[in-house]
Amino acid sequence: MGSMKNVFNSLLLRELFKGMSVTGRYMFARKITVQYPEEKTPQSFRFRGLHALRRYPNGEERCIACKLCEAVCPALAIVIESAERDDGSRRTTRYDIDLSKCIFCGFCEEACPVDAIVETRVFEYHGEKRGDLYFTKPMLLANGDRYENEIAEDRQLDAKYR
Amino acid sequence: MVETLQQLLPGFLIPYFNALMQLGHNFFGALWPDILTVVWTVIKVMLIIAPLLLVVAYVTFWERKVIGWMQVRIGPNRVGPWGLIQPIADGLKLMLKEVVIPAGADKSVFLLAPVFAFAPALVAWAVIPFNDVLVVANVNASLLYVMGVTSIGVYGIMLAGWASNSKYAFLGGMRSAAQLISYEVAMGLALVVVLMVSNSLNLGDIVKSQGQGRFAEMGLSFLSWNWLSLLPMFGVYVVSCVAETNRAPFDMAEGESEIVGYHVEYSGMAFAVFQLAEYSAMLMCSTLISLLFLGGWLSPVRFLPDSIFWLFAKIAAFVFFFFWIRATFPRYRYDQIMRLGWKVFIPLCLVWLVIVGCWMMSPWNIWK
Amino acid sequence: MEFKTFVFYFLSTILVYASLRVVTLRNPVHAALHLILAFFSASGVWILLQAEFLAIALVLVYVGAVMVLFLFVVMMLDINIDRLREGFWSYLPLGSIIALLMLAEMSLVLGGSYYDLFESNVPQAESGYSNVKAVGRLLFTDYVYPFELASVILLVGIVAAAALTLRGKRKTKSVSPGQQVFVKAKDRVRVLKMPAEQRD
Repeated sequence: MGSMKNVFNSLLLRELFKGMSVTGRYMFARKITVQYPEEKTPQSFRFRGLHALRRYPNGEERCIACKLCEAVCPALAIVIESAERDDGSRRTTRYDIDLSKCIFCGFCEEACPVDAIVETRVFEYHGEKRGDLYFTKPMLLANGDRYENEIAEDRQLDAKYR
Repeated sequence: MVETLQQLLPGFLIPYFNALMQLGHNFFGALWPDILTVVWTVIKVMLIIAPLLLVVAYVTFWERKVIGWMQVRIGPNRVGPWGLIQPIADGLKLMLKEVVIPAGADKSVFLLAPVFAFAPALVAWAVIPFNDVLVVANVNASLLYVMGVTSIGVYGIMLAGWASNSKYAFLGGMRSAAQLISYEVAMGLALVVVLMVSNSLNLGDIVKSQGQGRFAEMGLSFLSWNWLSLLPMFGVYVVSCVAETNRAPFDMAEGESEIVGYHVEYSGMAFAVFQLAEYSAMLMCSTLISLLFLGGWLSPVRFLPDSIFWLFAKIAAFVFFFFWIRATFPRYRYDQIMRLGWKVFIPLCLVWLVIVGCWMMSPWNIWK
Repeated sequence: MEFKTFVFYFLSTILVYASLRVVTLRNPVHAALHLILAFFSASGVWILLQAEFLAIALVLVYVGAVMVLFLFVVMMLDINIDRLREGFWSYLPLGSIIALLMLAEMSLVLGGSYYDLFESNVPQAESGYSNVKAVGRLLFTDYVYPFELASVILLVGIVAAAALTLRGKRKTKSVSPGQQVFVKAKDRVRVLKMPAEQRD
């Protein structure tokens, strides 16, 4: 009896019609598309977007060229060269991030002892030629200066979980 | 023919038309009627192909919308109002793209293959009746003609695979060709049953034969169409049509995520022609299903008049059905495709052929 | 010149050209394609003779099925043209004898009646006359035994082809889709209800 039922079910394509009824129902469901440039989904304060190098409030750059971020970077996207500055402190002479290599894992941010390298919430950036996504130290510092308020606010929000 | 043309034209054009006829007579003499026949045929062909291509373009748009809705998305909506200019933008993009011809490819065959794929889907429209009188060529054996012409489509696929000089394209071409040939057999057998009950090879007569029967006398003519009396054949034919047009869930040819098909090496307009071929074949198949099983232009109930509108509605419903199953079912595995064709459909058709034969010879014959 | 005559000469020219290319082309795939073209033009000529069933059957059977299999084989061949051209001269005498024999036969068969054909009027079929029906009636009345015999021979061919592919017991393991589709989730999966655990 059971096998007869199976044969009838498969001949009458019962399960296929079941599947089609599901898609048929969803055709009239409320659509969940987010119309991107006009609508945006909420972002976490831990969002990992464009990189930035921060400064202290007195204008001194935070990075001490410890190269922890370079060491931890799994995509080998960071290149750092350092030298002694006139005042005797160790500073970077070169701090490059190749964003076309970067996988936005956030390890550099985690590794940094002085919160110098951070990832901002900015994700709407682009490059139009080869090399446009190769960010050098002045570009990263400029990012930091530009988004300092947002970065500081996000650090504040994240602080209690750390 | 001149008289029919005169009847078709609006009144104010008739003097111009007559003058044109006179001019042709003076210029070409005795050849004029032949030339007129050729020109009129070309015009009729254009009248079918131009709207067909437009419909194909918008079928792609409609498909993207429908599948979008079924996946809880909204589909293309950026180009023009509600995205309505999207297909034109797509066409323009494809035309402007480069057609890359692979190194070592057989150039002439490589460019000929899409044409081979596309042509049958257009040529078959010549014998499709849109109502009692509206048909380009009222051939006696029009169903045979459709079968013969559509069987040529397989060359496009094989030649595309071979000419690409790529083993993946070649294997894909072989795979798709084997699939098409297998399902053509099942389709042919299903058609034989339809021919038997309608006692004609002419598509127009097949449609007319569906308009009579016990249910038609009761006013419910949609119950006397072939789909109900030949339900298993209807199912076999519809599924074989999906397989013939290489659509999901039988779209091994595309198979972008697992295996690639015969058109991996194609780009730009050459690829677009393959797409056009797929969609016009889909329209062709929907039309054939409507004509053979769903009573073509006949109205489903008696109190509504028969009209070409019904045919278009049925075609649209089947095109929608094609989208629906594409949005629902996962792709078949290749050995399962072949199993379904050879071990399920062909035996089913053969058995049903004998059953219908016995039925027709018995006193309970309903197709007299 | 009548329009029909024009069409006839047009198709015949293509037919002759395509047939010549079939035997002269080096690339076997191109040769097969020209053979398809030849079939098409031949079916066009048949349609002119009002033999639409034969014309469509030619396309359906030869173009749609036989040539596809031809192409299948030809495409998979690894063709070395130099090797093929070897021994052309040694085969020439035998080949030319056969060619001459065929030419003589053809002229014997066609010679007598061929030139009369232009004079005789091909009977014009009245409208509504169905070529297909006539062929079908003949096949199932006068020629029913040869017809059935041919079908039996074809059946033997099918069985033989299937038998050739049988190579003893299958050694590979596979799931039968026929059984697979009957599997229900409840036969294999047990869904457990568990109380949510409190964690602190």
